[in-house]
Amino acid sequence: MIMETADQAAQNPGCRRALAELLYQLADDELCLGHRDSEWLGLAPDIEGDVAFSSIAQDEVGHAVFYLGLLHELGEESPDRLAFFRKAEERKNAVLLEQPNGDWARTMVRHVLYDAFDDVRTEALVNSSYRPLARGVAKIRREEHYHLLQLKPWFIRLARAGGEARKRVERAVGEVWSEAGGFFSLGDEEEEMIRSGLIACGSEELARRWEMRVKPVFDEAGLTWPGLPPAPGKDGRRGEHTEDLTELIRTMSEVVVTDSAARW
Amino acid sequence: MNHDERHDRFMERLERGEKIEATDWMPDEYRRLLLKLIHMHAVSEIMGAFPEKEWVPKAPTLKRKLAIMAKVQDEMGHGQLLLRVAEDLAAPLGKTREDLIDDLIEGRVKFHNVFHMGSPTWADAGVIGWLVDGAAIINQAALLDTSYGPYARVLKRICAEESFHMQHGENIILALAGGTKEQKRMLQEAVNRWWEPLIFFFGPVEVTPAAQRMIDYKIRTKTNEELRQQFFNKYIPRIRSLGLTIPDPDLRCDEKEGKWIFTEPDWKKFGEIVRFNRGPKSQERIGLRRFAHEEQRWVREALVRSREKQPV
Repeated sequence: MIMETADQAAQNPGCRRALAELLYQLADDELCLGHRDSEWLGLAPDIEGDVAFSSIAQDEVGHAVFYLGLLHELGEESPDRLAFFRKAEERKNAVLLEQPNGDWARTMVRHVLYDAFDDVRTEALVNSSYRPLARGVAKIRREEHYHLLQLKPWFIRLARAGGEARKRVERAVGEVWSEAGGFFSLGDEEEEMIRSGLIACGSEELARRWEMRVKPVFDEAGLTWPGLPPAPGKDGRRGEHTEDLTELIRTMSEVVVTDSAARW
Repeated sequence: MNHDERHDRFMERLERGEKIEATDWMPDEYRRLLLKLIHMHAVSEIMGAFPEKEWVPKAPTLKRKLAIMAKVQDEMGHGQLLLRVAEDLAAPLGKTREDLIDDLIEGRVKFHNVFHMGSPTWADAGVIGWLVDGAAIINQAALLDTSYGPYARVLKRICAEESFHMQHGENIILALAGGTKEQKRMLQEAVNRWWEPLIFFFGPVEVTPAAQRMIDYKIRTKTNEELRQQFFNKYIPRIRSLGLTIPDPDLRCDEKEGKWIFTEPDWKKFGEIVRFNRGPKSQERIGLRRFAHEEQRWVREALVRSREKQPV
């Protein structure tokens, strides 16, 4: 069933619940990563890279704003309330995205893996039965396309350069792999998401498509393919998180919690 | 043509209002004065990103978060544009981009005094955008007429972007000024912190010999004091209209002279902060730049290596 408006989506409680769940996953992934990306401001390896990476950070936060806006239309709180005041256990981002950046190699590895996942996920949303989501995703995919265009060569060149850079990339792959499987989980509402046509496929298929995107990049980079990542220890889609997210939220809301009723 | 004749021709070009280009002949003194000015401007933009960077992760709304990210990015972008202008000037002197950044880390190039100071509250992020960028625009707009073409062109773009920053800063300020008692107090304290550094920012009242040479070469056309007065004219009424107090009891407008009388800043203190990187935040922020430049040399080296490996 095609849903053109939030009101139409709200008529079926099961579908509305699944839609909200999906939107929280999207919003929280983008917000966490955009926030982490922005920590590189002024610190990237060269000035040109600093400027380029900052555009990516802004895009991610911008996408989060879009998804939070859709949630607000569904009757959830305002985007600012949702971004700044939800507790860690209410958040649905993949655990890997809440972790601190680490070095530039780890930042690149995580980003390329996530961007490939987001590409696969948004591809499965372009025909979503919830039309406001489908339309927004079409635009977001154009921006995300440029992220991969920029980040993939960085990743490949670091890996192919040999020496310290390659060692760091290999170490980063080892470090992030145990949590990368957290991307694919769609949480408790997966079945309903598919039944309502909100998303075109489930988590197993997302993982398979992701592998088809990422493995060739590893080949090009001359890296051994470690195989599909295992199911994660903590499933962020079910509100399971680490101290890193608590810390991130504390930082992000440090100013606004001093007076949550004030206008900032 | 001997050197004196060349120099005379050069000065005639300046008199006619012509712009000098990177590949034109220019006196060594002109090159060195320009390089010093633009190098300092470039590293000031880069160091100027840090006081606000601290507030990027903590910006209190999504709109503010996006705006301050974009602003810090612009500052870095300005640094990049200016470094390219400086690189061309430095090349005949045997200096590269890496050297220009090394100079900053080793303390061989100064950056603006305001970026040595702390920014302990969200209100500081607003005041930096509003008043510090406001002061910078006045400085930079006065340089739009500079005799060096590449600098003039970059400044044109920078000025356009800076006016957005000022609006961003003003926007934060207006929310705080119209906000709670606590927000107003936070804002007043930030203004108190930034006033003296801002007065110093424009430089000494008297025209130094180096400043006079820059005026002779039409690198700049206005004196420090003219620019400071322009800042007073524009901002004193605005600050007061928001119900804020300017922390200078002797500040007054001399109607007869048509200028503002102000308490001079502690020239010696701020002079030493800039010369010896001895401000409250100087070393911490230079440390951040050192992290970016030195700890991540491996990335730049890897990118060069991988370029060499690629078939051309």
